[in-house]
Amino acid sequence: MFVDAFLNQAVIDKYLPDILWGMVVTIEVAVAVVVTGIVAGLALAALRSFRLRPVNLLIVGFVDVFRALPPLVIILIAYFGLPNVGLSLSGFAVLWLVLSLVLAAFAEEIFWSGILAIRKGQWEAARSTGLDFPQTLVWVILPQAVRMTVPPLTNRTIAITKNTALGAVIGVPEILMQAQTAQSFSGNATPLLLGAVAYIVLFVPVVAVGRWLETRFAWGRA
Amino acid sequence: MELFLDQFLNIEIMRQAAPLLLRGLGMTALLCAVVVPLGLAAGLVVALVCRSRYRAVRWPAFVLVDFFRAVPPLVLLIFIYAGLPFVGVRPSPFAAVCFAFLLNTGAYYGEIYRAGIDSIGRGQWEAARSTGLTAAQTLASVVIPQAVRNVLPDLVSNTVEVVKLTSIASVVALPELLYSADMARSLTYNPSPIVAAAAIYLALLWPCVRLLSRLEHRVGR
Repeated sequence: MFVDAFLNQAVIDKYLPDILWGMVVTIEVAVAVVVTGIVAGLALAALRSFRLRPVNLLIVGFVDVFRALPPLVIILIAYFGLPNVGLSLSGFAVLWLVLSLVLAAFAEEIFWSGILAIRKGQWEAARSTGLDFPQTLVWVILPQAVRMTVPPLTNRTIAITKNTALGAVIGVPEILMQAQTAQSFSGNATPLLLGAVAYIVLFVPVVAVGRWLETRFAWGRA
Repeated sequence: MELFLDQFLNIEIMRQAAPLLLRGLGMTALLCAVVVPLGLAAGLVVALVCRSRYRAVRWPAFVLVDFFRAVPPLVLLIFIYAGLPFVGVRPSPFAAVCFAFLLNTGAYYGEIYRAGIDSIGRGQWEAARSTGLTAAQTLASVVIPQAVRNVLPDLVSNTVEVVKLTSIASVVALPELLYSADMARSLTYNPSPIVAAAAIYLALLWPCVRLLSRLEHRVGR
């Protein structure tokens, strides 16, 4: 019974292409989210180090809100709310935008911790060699800060990338969506297992790399 | 602007949805009250198993932890809720959510405890044992209290994530906060109830997030 329900060869043959296509979509969203989110987070952290009060209040407000709200809540507001005010975005665009904003918020906070952890002497020494403030930030502070933030940032990025599965709720044809559709068409649980396997194939290597990075860049040795 | 207010911050609709939202909030609170202690307890077991002296015990534990960290929680939940009926087990939405969370958060809490226990030096173990404490007593009254203190920010942070994650229970029709809000949205054709739900999540979690920023920056310095 188990084999028939979860490892049905006929169902595998029929729906494997759909699941593979879902993997492509998942990878597309994931890569787009990681790039946008981390770049935006780094930019916000850099902006924050200029310590302009009104700007920093806005950044902190943005970061807090996107750290405190469940991503699915933001996704539903954007997906069902924006069309009512005349802005229609595809499920793919909403998923990308929302997850990027969430990752940007977490990444900003992590980078900012890194920047704060750099000793004052580094700033002063760089400034005294004639570098101006932006040069010091870009060439002296950020390279050290970013290195220190690799382990927490990797873990957070993996966690947020896995949220691409939330796309199934708003009809983005990623792995979970394909698996659920195939399951209801075939009346068989095999596609769900295929979907889970697809995630394992994508994410186990990433989790393993994360584990390695954690030891490689461990606190104290950085 | 008026359109925006009408669509996202419609007080009249929020008022109508309030009883539904409150009931949803109750379910979210119940869910958290079950899922967080369960995850904390499971995590401790996971951490201890991962530190076992026997490789045959340790390795399968590591594989399982990585497995459950690699599968998105929503996928796990759907698998349990929609897959198990095919082998004759029909979990209620609440049971399915609890089981999925047990597997997922157990793995995450486990990794955090493990880091905490690893951070306690051998000397602490040896000193405690030499005073006549048994291994179990050493663990319970010397190592774990210090370990938990060392990883407290991570434990709080993960708990915030767990509370946020309870929103995925809406996908299997468990009437928690987000499900109730989405129900109200489809009844009123207006997304304001979800904005109200977001405000509730924010009111609950924002203080924790603030606290976390402080804790994290202090560790960073």
